[in-house]
Amino acid sequence: MFPRKGFKGGAAVPHRKNTAEIETVSMGIPQKVAIPMSQHIGAPCETVVKKGDFVKVGQIIGDSSAFVSSPVHASVSGTVVEISPRLFAGGSQVLTVEIESDGKQEIYEDIKPPKYANQKEFLEMIRKSGLVGLGGAGFPAHVKLSPPPDKKIDTLIINGAECEPYITSDYREILENSWNILCGIEILMELMSFKDVWIGIEDNKPEAIRILSEMADNHDNINVVNLKSRYPQGAEKMLIYAVTGRKVPPGKLPADVGVIVMNVNSVSFIAEHIKTGIPLVKKKVTVDGSAVKNPSNVEVLIGTPLEEVFNYCGGFKSEPAKILMGGPMMGIAQYSLQNSVVKQTNALLAFDESEATLPKESVCIRCGKCVEACPMNLIPLSINQGVSNQNLESLKKYHINDCIECGCCSYVCPAKRYLVQSMRLGKTMLRNAAGK
Amino acid sequence: MELLMPAYIIGGLGIVFGLGLAYASKVFEVKVDEKVMRVREVLPGANCGACGQTGCDGFAEGVVGGTCAANGCPVGGAQVAAQIASIMGVEAASLESKVARVMCNGTFSNCSSKFQYSGIEDCTAAANLFGGPSACSYGCVGMGNCVRACAFGAIVVEHGVAKVIQSKCTSCGKCIQSCPKKIITMVPASNEYAVRCMSPDKGNIVRKNCTAGCIGCAKCSKVCPVNAIKMKGALAEIDPQTCINCGECIKVCPTGSINRYFCEQQSID
Repeated sequence: MFPRKGFKGGAAVPHRKNTAEIETVSMGIPQKVAIPMSQHIGAPCETVVKKGDFVKVGQIIGDSSAFVSSPVHASVSGTVVEISPRLFAGGSQVLTVEIESDGKQEIYEDIKPPKYANQKEFLEMIRKSGLVGLGGAGFPAHVKLSPPPDKKIDTLIINGAECEPYITSDYREILENSWNILCGIEILMELMSFKDVWIGIEDNKPEAIRILSEMADNHDNINVVNLKSRYPQGAEKMLIYAVTGRKVPPGKLPADVGVIVMNVNSVSFIAEHIKTGIPLVKKKVTVDGSAVKNPSNVEVLIGTPLEEVFNYCGGFKSEPAKILMGGPMMGIAQYSLQNSVVKQTNALLAFDESEATLPKESVCIRCGKCVEACPMNLIPLSINQGVSNQNLESLKKYHINDCIECGCCSYVCPAKRYLVQSMRLGKTMLRNAAGK
Repeated sequence: MELLMPAYIIGGLGIVFGLGLAYASKVFEVKVDEKVMRVREVLPGANCGACGQTGCDGFAEGVVGGTCAANGCPVGGAQVAAQIASIMGVEAASLESKVARVMCNGTFSNCSSKFQYSGIEDCTAAANLFGGPSACSYGCVGMGNCVRACAFGAIVVEHGVAKVIQSKCTSCGKCIQSCPKKIITMVPASNEYAVRCMSPDKGNIVRKNCTAGCIGCAKCSKVCPVNAIKMKGALAEIDPQTCINCGECIKVCPTGSINRYFCEQQSID
């Protein structure tokens, strides 16, 4: 076994992996799905179907000609009942296609196992499959896999760190579909000429490390890395540093240090897609939290309303006060159970009143804990001050745009200051000022 | 004698330095146009920047230098404009006084809420999350960015919606920049009627979210005798230039989204 590797800073958050030993279950077909046209970073798609159209599973319903974008597919067979803008987490309106399911789940005729002869065709196949980074950020995979030609990529890192509390969807994927993960890695190695592949897993998941180490034993270039369990170990820049010792410079991408990072679910999907040809229409989601009756990992069709997912998990045992999409550190609170599961969703957490109440903010005592905790070596307290004074110059001086919004500073702050929130606000302020 | 020596020395030095300074102040004098000083004196001195200059000093220089108009200070209004004009010896063009208005009626009783927001008290921060806590994502967030931006204390948040105290407003425009929803507009102070809604949504959606929103029924535009009300999709808009303040529109508005303002004349003649 390799020695444990880690990074500077971060926070020791409780793991709470309650669903780790529960087998993933597949949810039934929802009556209606609502699929937003933007489930990725980049240009939103334009709808290619209209109201009243009959669509089948895997049929493209939204596409874009922009490079940084990813097509959206129908996840059920049925009739398009409405196309209307809906409010998105960022506050913008995104066109959403509502499909009423006919319950038959007929597969679209054009779907067959894809064939590819070279890298170019492979990337086109990835684009058509609608794959985006399944770790949560949603960066289109074909863009990630086509770095500029002047950048020499030699390392692929598979992210199985899963550092956020509660979430176990990556862990279950490793346990249940380890073969797919390895197949996916092999396919990528063959086409993208990586020299080394590292699979990074936190040491609180010994079973996952054991399984993948055994499988990787007869591959010279594939290694499993035992990572320190510390949040945010799964963040791209922390992971690259822990595994390779390379530091991604501020404002640069992993490709600039010769690395590509992919989530375990993403590589597993590539193998599955090549076998069946079915695009990204479902997602493994951890459903957990103090208000959920039967926490478990559920395979959910994209576009399913949150309400149906929670109902499938036995509903709520107490009135939920806060519902998060994503982990407790970085997840976004949802205001309606009618919002739908999207490609980036990796967890749905519902908390009752006792866990969801935000403590009252008090004054900064300048203890510097946030500075110690910040994995990006920023000074959150100074940025916070700059935001409250609306001092844009100081925000730039303290490199606010390098903040990865991991939430460590807020987590450790004894004064309970809303530090991450102010980082987000500060970034918006800079953006608005630049837009003027 | 020995006792007086230090006093003589200090006194002598004082006289020498005093003469030196007096000489230097004459030789190295920075010539300030006397007009600039006089213009600067009549300005309000809030340094708000509403004129587009760096502050009152900048504006005074601009007026004397010919880059700014005598009536360029919206805060000072017509009175200051007249004084500046007399200093400069020109005829002051009349200055229409303006006020800022918040185009939203979505108070707590009118507009339902989407979720409870807890976090930084800042409109931009709240609006970043699903467009803000109120059901209508076009309306006032009510966290008071404009209140903090206003140097004249002319804005208050009442029942979740910002309100401009018209008599205090100096039309400097700082609030317009601070609003993330861009629902504050500048209108002539003489204009009494306004559609206080910015939602371009269709009537049924507006009605679901807010009881005092414009549902786009177009009744007001039909009844207006001077055709000052234009429909922009499902939103009525009163053109302040054409409006004659007759008040016909407010009589037919079914939701009460058209409001009447009673503007006290600002401290101008």
